[in-house]
Amino acid sequence: MTTLEEVRKRAEADAKTYGYYLTPQPDLLQGFLEGLKTNEDRYGYPLCPCRLTSGNFEYDRDIICPCDYRDPDVAQYGACYCRLYVNKQVYESKNLPEVPERRPIEKQTRAYESQAAAPAKPTTVGGSQEKTHPASTEVGKVQPTVKKKLWYCKQCGYVVFREDPPYVCPICKAKKELFAEIESSVEYNG
Amino acid sequence: MNISKVAGKNNKHRVFVFALSTCVWCNLTKQYLNENHIEYEFVNVDLADEEDKQKIRETIQNKGGMLSYPTTIVDDKVVITGFRKDKLSEALEI
Repeated sequence: MTTLEEVRKRAEADAKTYGYYLTPQPDLLQGFLEGLKTNEDRYGYPLCPCRLTSGNFEYDRDIICPCDYRDPDVAQYGACYCRLYVNKQVYESKNLPEVPERRPIEKQTRAYESQAAAPAKPTTVGGSQEKTHPASTEVGKVQPTVKKKLWYCKQCGYVVFREDPPYVCPICKAKKELFAEIESSVEYNG
Repeated sequence: MNISKVAGKNNKHRVFVFALSTCVWCNLTKQYLNENHIEYEFVNVDLADEEDKQKIRETIQNKGGMLSYPTTIVDDKVVITGFRKDKLSEALEI
């Protein structure tokens, strides 16, 4: 099971990598980290504590912290949706902005669909706890899936296999519009 | 649905909070209501079962709310998204 300290260190390291700061209010920060830990214990991955999750990895992929929406939100508002990650200006002013939900409504509503898998308890194999995607381990339940595609960044060549391209290329910071789908086909001769 | 009721001296308005058990802003909303002795009901949507989640979604959307948490509904008509002290104090007259 992940400790709160591990969650904190991971968030701090990620903030540092991207030039962000963690929220300047210690009580809020503690709450965010505890929420992330609770979700990681429940689902097997650190889902956003401020959003409703489905428990289905494919459906929740975009809101695993740091979520897909963090970078554009910090760029536009100075903070992510939760306000766990903030930019320098917000960190220094301590004034947390209101950040509207950027996640598309069709993705939000998946968490309410009846076929969404209920969270399963982490499985224990050979005495050690294995991190699995609980949604994919349930027996006798048909799991909804999303249609994934190959996308490439026209600026740097980064390739990603997901439902949608990222808002910002994690390598060269190109915008979503610079991603194009890689269409592949297989031909048989003879 | 597992609805919890919190008693308070101020029961002038009917207050319902749709919250997430992991959400800091939801907890702050409840704390604000507690500090102001407001009587309210709440449900932790992430702990609700599938059937209830669908009902919750319909309830929030039918009232014109967004699927963000916390969503506070005052007197079945005023919908407040997020932890907004200004809007809560105005709707609750505190």
